[in-house]
Amino acid sequence: MLVLRQPFPNLGETVAGLLFVVAGLAFFVQGLEMGLFPVGDTLAHALARKGSLPALFGFAFLLGFGTTVAEPALIAVAAEAATIAADGGAIENSEAARQDYADGLRYTAALSVGVALIIGVLRILKGWPIQYLIIGGYIVVIIITFFAPEKIISIAYDSGGVTTSTITVPLVTALGVGLATAIRGRNPMIDGFGLIAFASLTLMMFVLVYGMVI
Amino acid sequence: MDILIGLLTETGKTLVSTIFDVMPIVAIMFGFQFLVIRQRPAHLRKIVIGFVYVVLGLTLFLVGLEQALFPVGKSMAAQLTAPGFLGGGDRVLGWWDYTWVYVFAAAIGFSTTVAEPSLIAVSLKAQEISGGAISAWGLRIAVAIGVAIGVALGAFRIVTGTPLPYYIMVGYAIVIIQTMFTSKWIIPLAYDSGGVTTSTVTVPVVAALGLGLASTTEGRSPLIDGFGLIAFASLFPIISVMGYASLTSWIGRRKRVQEKEESA
Repeated sequence: MLVLRQPFPNLGETVAGLLFVVAGLAFFVQGLEMGLFPVGDTLAHALARKGSLPALFGFAFLLGFGTTVAEPALIAVAAEAATIAADGGAIENSEAARQDYADGLRYTAALSVGVALIIGVLRILKGWPIQYLIIGGYIVVIIITFFAPEKIISIAYDSGGVTTSTITVPLVTALGVGLATAIRGRNPMIDGFGLIAFASLTLMMFVLVYGMVI
Repeated sequence: MDILIGLLTETGKTLVSTIFDVMPIVAIMFGFQFLVIRQRPAHLRKIVIGFVYVVLGLTLFLVGLEQALFPVGKSMAAQLTAPGFLGGGDRVLGWWDYTWVYVFAAAIGFSTTVAEPSLIAVSLKAQEISGGAISAWGLRIAVAIGVAIGVALGAFRIVTGTPLPYYIMVGYAIVIIQTMFTSKWIIPLAYDSGGVTTSTVTVPVVAALGLGLASTTEGRSPLIDGFGLIAFASLFPIISVMGYASLTSWIGRRKRVQEKEESA
């Protein structure tokens, strides 16, 4: 307002919208404490007590895959990537080819988040320090960057941040912290966080590789 | 009255799409609860009410954003990047002509991040787990500063047209160096904060800024240069959160040293 010296368009709608935002956030936080956090927490405890690795890994994978495949932000990014690939001549410039490419990218991304959560849960179980895995991952990303087509790079880097949605994050965080609390010898602060970091990292890798292969 | 009707239909539509977004997660959660664990969760009623609150809250939040913030944010991004405002005309613009764009980018990065629901969730959890050693607000501000710097630098990159991987690699190098020196307990949280910051609020506004900037700046293609702002926004919080931890522990140490000197 000060810089552009122009009045706000539709002041009424803006004020109403702001009220909606504030009320929405209040409900969301309340719901987090009542619903999402306890569910993630009790599931993590129950799975840890059950002691069945396939069940735990299965849950981690499904949580990652299921929440990512339907993520609206990812659908948008995938469509954008398909347009770029078509313009670059990497794929045929037709509706069907673009759709195929976008779907492939979406499933690749969902798969990678599922795999990431399995690795992340394995790390919590074993108590591996996170920095070696993440830094190792960064180095791999940088190496792949040299071989990936230039146009996919920005999209791949962006997609790491895009895909972790508002409902996934609290659940995944509660799962990690719950697991680290339930397993003896793990510190929830050191071992509980980090699952989301894995998800963003593997996403960048998988999208870069997808851009190279196709 | 028209506004009210518009709001109501918009709310209904958003509610339906939010429910569809939440469905797969709910299916997985309850599937596991009943098939694998075979146990009725305690406080089922409370949990269901909690889920209803989450869906309701997200719906209101998204409608509000759509009504209030996105149009303003997008039109401001378009106006600020318009050559007329930048004082262009005939002469070629240098990167220093874009000062207001950088300021706007930083402000947008900061304010959208403070309002980001996923970040609120993670910082609440961190405060709870750390027994209050990490304050939810401190963490949110630290992350928001990181995003602000990141988006401003990302805007600078689009204006200058320099390659993204160089910036990211330098950023990674800083992260690696910081990792060696910060206390162990903040590292996982810092890494997480990178991916957490950019969701519902930040992505649409920041992406609009990037695409707008790339399409109005001469010699930039929105498809190649327009992306990459989100990457900055997810890298810099890692740096700023570790920086915040180093700063608080340094202040704590200094205080202790001072107290020792005073008592001696």
